[in-house]
Amino acid sequence: MTAEQHKKTRIFTVIVVLSNVLGNSFLSRGMHGVGEVVSLSPVPYIQALFNPWVALGASLLVLWLLSHMALLSWADLSYVLPVTAIGYVLVALTAKVFMHEHVSVWRWGGIALIVAGVTLVSRTAAITTAKPSGGAA
Amino acid sequence: MNKWGLVGLIVLATSVGEVLQSMGMKHHGEIHDFRPGALRCLAARLVQNRFIIASVLAMAVSFFAFMALVSVAELSFAVPATASSYILETILAKYLLKEHIGWKRGTGALLVACGVALLSV
Repeated sequence: MTAEQHKKTRIFTVIVVLSNVLGNSFLSRGMHGVGEVVSLSPVPYIQALFNPWVALGASLLVLWLLSHMALLSWADLSYVLPVTAIGYVLVALTAKVFMHEHVSVWRWGGIALIVAGVTLVSRTAAITTAKPSGGAA
Repeated sequence: MNKWGLVGLIVLATSVGEVLQSMGMKHHGEIHDFRPGALRCLAARLVQNRFIIASVLAMAVSFFAFMALVSVAELSFAVPATASSYILETILAKYLLKEHIGWKRGTGALLVACGVALLSV
């Protein structure tokens, strides 16, 4: 892997993690304000998008999708997924530090397992398949 | 559909969507240029990529099922309950994407999935 790919991988990992954490949080906050929308019709979902928190959450999740796609253009899926899971740790630590939520022993155990898993995967090469064709855009 | 049915739908749609997305982006090639003009050309090419089209459809199913899930369950249930997708996607990456899953990567994915599940306890 080249130095440029190392740098890009780090930058896009940060964007993927932050947009996912904030997007899911805002979407959850908005959907609890909207109420239950389990339906096969698209109408309730489209109506929910008019809630500002849902709209902000959905926009951040679009950013997550695009940055995730860019990262996958050079890095392995089996590398990207575990490494970006550090977002779960951020959510738990944010809840502890800023919202003064109680973090149980089980949750600390979960955080420790995720950090160990991310550390292990981050020590592997981000690319293990043949060099992708092209090099477009 | 109950909340466990939604969890199953999310795990399946996410896993299929991510694998298709990875196939589509590898088929396209590495992105080097992030200037607005280059990104417009990239978007024009990607909307014709059949793997990306199929992945967006699968991710849309996952997204709307997730919206439905967080409207009937807490986020602290929804996120960990869908953690099994890490294991399914790692298996699919090995056999469909031909990625090398050594002991570090395999163990790491398993630790992450267990850790995410523990966060809900």
